[in-house]
Amino acid sequence: MRRSMLFIPGNTPNLLMNGDVLGSDSIILDLEDAVSPAEKDAARILVRNALKHLHYKGCEIIVRINPIETDFWQKDLDEVIPLCPGMIMPTKVSCANDVKVVSDYIAEVEARHGIEKNTVKLIPLIETAMGVENAFNIASADERVAAIFLGGEDLTADLRCKRTKEGNEIFYARCRMVNAARAAGVDVYDTPFTDVDDIDGLYKDAQFAKSLGFTGKASISPRHVEGINEVFSPTQADIDYAHEVMETIRIAKEQGKGVVSLRGKMIDAPIVTRAMQVIEMEKAIFGGVEDDE
Amino acid sequence: MKINTSAVAGTLESSDVYVKVEPCETLEIEIESVVYNQFAEQIEATIKAVLAELGVESGKVSVNDKGAIDCVIQARVETAVKRAGGEK
Repeated sequence: MRRSMLFIPGNTPNLLMNGDVLGSDSIILDLEDAVSPAEKDAARILVRNALKHLHYKGCEIIVRINPIETDFWQKDLDEVIPLCPGMIMPTKVSCANDVKVVSDYIAEVEARHGIEKNTVKLIPLIETAMGVENAFNIASADERVAAIFLGGEDLTADLRCKRTKEGNEIFYARCRMVNAARAAGVDVYDTPFTDVDDIDGLYKDAQFAKSLGFTGKASISPRHVEGINEVFSPTQADIDYAHEVMETIRIAKEQGKGVVSLRGKMIDAPIVTRAMQVIEMEKAIFGGVEDDE
Repeated sequence: MKINTSAVAGTLESSDVYVKVEPCETLEIEIESVVYNQFAEQIEATIKAVLAELGVESGKVSVNDKGAIDCVIQARVETAVKRAGGEK
């Protein structure tokens, strides 16, 4: 389960050390925008050591690497892939080939270190107009791709428009990303809400993203994690209804009924699928985090 | 690896360590730390282990530690040594 993804600057030891106690389902150890060009080498070594020595219990690790147009991305992968982070986030991904280039290099590093191929997954960051237009091709480019992620800040710079709290300027991109991801069968994550102090705004933005179909949302501040987790968790009413649906289906099967209804509404396949997803999330949230030891 | 020139890594922020390496005929290590009394020996051992792993036999290493854990000290020493050796 991944509702929230919290960015942690890759060259900041006090944040790296505490990444797993901030409540986020995933943390993104950032080697890209949060690190100045002169400190790329230091951040890469620090993140590698953090992956090697810190446990990050119950928290998925994503490493955001530098774009393939730079001299840094292969060095980033050389350092972190041997430590098998859960996912790599390639940046400025604009087409399927960008994904293939990164995936092929990861495969080389995996092979070099005796790691089974496709152990490390990908969550491409789509943050250009071209990337949005190619979202489905990116999402289905490679079997490593487990999710796609919308980057609103760079996208609006590329669109030559102002980034606003209302987010009208990224409405098309959000819809297109969700549709592309669902068509490709992968998860999809929304851009961070960048006003750290506006908690009401964060809730509204997250609720809107959820209503469009996003799986979860990224955050640049630990203060936003709780709100994101709350919005992207099923409500108690959702959970109760899901259990009612599954119980109704069970009883109908016992009675040999083909068509069943609950509260006057026919229960069809999409409702059952949704109920199963809600129960799966309930287990993940309330059933405790699985220990990887 | 040889220390050809002076180089630094890290910061003076909490939980970090500022490392400076310089060319020197012998191996010298200077430690300043907010937890000097409790951890100076361990910090020195950590630094020596990193230098040995990188094949550094001589040089002056000065650290100003602000409570960094081992893996941070290791990272900052490695970065400073690689920068001093011309690697980036």
